[in-house]
Amino acid sequence: MKILVCIKQIPDMESRFKVNGTGDWYDEADLAYRMNEYDEYGVEQAVQLKEQLGNDPDVTVLSIGSDRVGEALKKALAMGCDRAVHVQDADSGRKSPYQIASVIAAFAKDKGFDLIFTGMQSQDRGSAQVGVTVAELLGRTCATTLVDFACADGVVTGKRELEGGMKGVVKFALPALVTCQLGLNIPRYPTLPNIMKAKKKEFVVVPVAELLAAEPMTVTEKLYAPTKKGGGIVLEGDMADMADRLVGILKDKTAVLR
Amino acid sequence: MKALLVCEFREGKLLNSSYELLAFADRLGAEKAFLLVGNAAEAPKVDGKLYLAQVDSYGEYNPDQHKALVMAAVAKENPDYVIFLHSSYGWDLAPRVAVALKAGQVSEIVNLVDGKFEVSLCNGKLRRTVAPQAGPAVLTIQAGAFNFAGEPQGTPQVEAIEVASASGIEFLGYEQAEKGDVDLTKAEIIVSAGRGVGKKENVAIIANLAKAFGGELGASRPVVDAGWVEHSHQVGTTGQTVSPKLYVACGISGAIQHLAGMKKSDFIVAINKDKDAPIGEIADVLVVADVLQFAPVLAARLG
Repeated sequence: MKILVCIKQIPDMESRFKVNGTGDWYDEADLAYRMNEYDEYGVEQAVQLKEQLGNDPDVTVLSIGSDRVGEALKKALAMGCDRAVHVQDADSGRKSPYQIASVIAAFAKDKGFDLIFTGMQSQDRGSAQVGVTVAELLGRTCATTLVDFACADGVVTGKRELEGGMKGVVKFALPALVTCQLGLNIPRYPTLPNIMKAKKKEFVVVPVAELLAAEPMTVTEKLYAPTKKGGGIVLEGDMADMADRLVGILKDKTAVLR
Repeated sequence: MKALLVCEFREGKLLNSSYELLAFADRLGAEKAFLLVGNAAEAPKVDGKLYLAQVDSYGEYNPDQHKALVMAAVAKENPDYVIFLHSSYGWDLAPRVAVALKAGQVSEIVNLVDGKFEVSLCNGKLRRTVAPQAGPAVLTIQAGAFNFAGEPQGTPQVEAIEVASASGIEFLGYEQAEKGDVDLTKAEIIVSAGRGVGKKENVAIIANLAKAFGGELGASRPVVDAGWVEHSHQVGTTGQTVSPKLYVACGISGAIQHLAGMKKSDFIVAINKDKDAPIGEIADVLVVADVLQFAPVLAARLG
């Protein structure tokens, strides 16, 4: 069995974001980066399936971006993936979801992957398009937003997360692509021995130009910080003083404190 | 300008969120046609053409066949926009239609700014306007961003639609949400714990604050996913939608999915270290502090 896991490296969402000089993306300097949280569940599920099937599946992890995405790929290798493919693209942030999907599809099309995992969306852009689009470009069965995954004898049974805590149960045969929702499993932390082992694993670099032929289909016209609604009271300073002021405000403005 | 609006249907009922599509299309100033995989008894109360496919034939979740049905309606209407709600149904189906249409897709539109599609990114810290290429485009709109005011009324002109297509996915049915010990929708005061509480042991500090307020404990998704608090306490799109008299968000940054579940609260207090956290945008009072230090002080003051 051959498995592909697609991961994205994203800035820490706690960061302070600044608009770049051309006003069409955020400034990527001075940000701390990490693996997209949704994708961590994809890596973990692929590695769990590999373990379940007696180490048989061969797991490739792929990421698109500048040199820094190597860190996310190394983490995925340390979690248990067998080889990394780094599609080198210094300008991946501004590529449209369709272009990103077309690059992945171009890489995957003649590799015979039985199963492809992606996150259900990225934490920075959140379009929720890339996984499904890859599946459509490859003509694959695709189920999104999985919070439960089981695979036996080439058949997947999964639970899709719907609104309000409800789930939809689906069943389909491989080959297929699934997109992972938060809570699908508990992603492991790489151990030190596995981090050392990961350094010896195959790491392939492919220039994006070899895989990209698609037009963007959508473009970002302008990027900006939202206008502050204002009006809210901001309390800062001494803890006891803030607590007094907050209780005063609540007595004044709400009927819940007497 | 013409728009095809793809309504949602679940457990035998038209979802009310379908009317949000109508509100958005009206903002766009588009002529509207509708598609529903459902039944005539649950047809949306709208004026205009409704393409109706029988749910008994196609099922409530069957993305390959639903895609074929949308494409059949598109062939008849030639719309400029095919519009979905950004929901578990919409975000699953929209990209399939976009690829089939060779169209660009703009996801989770939150607003129209001078006629341009505005979307949110980086946890609400940034916004951008996105333009699709020329030709038809697929759009998904954020749940709750375009509210339909008033009672829906109208009578659609129904046209039956059928396709012959296979599907690789078998839908086995629904699993209902776990019923917990708490009904947050009835609570007057909710004090919720977010990722900022750091670890499971610290949830007790927030639970104590909830007790001091005489309220219930809520939680954001990451806290529930990590197993620190039971799912029945989760507030947000995939948990409960609440509107208490007082909502206290403790160490919650304010992801869109959480805000959607609590922004209608009468009064919102946010306690967060990050002065720029998106929760501050909707909070009536933002306390800039480490919640683990502030919560005990506040609880003591209340007690």
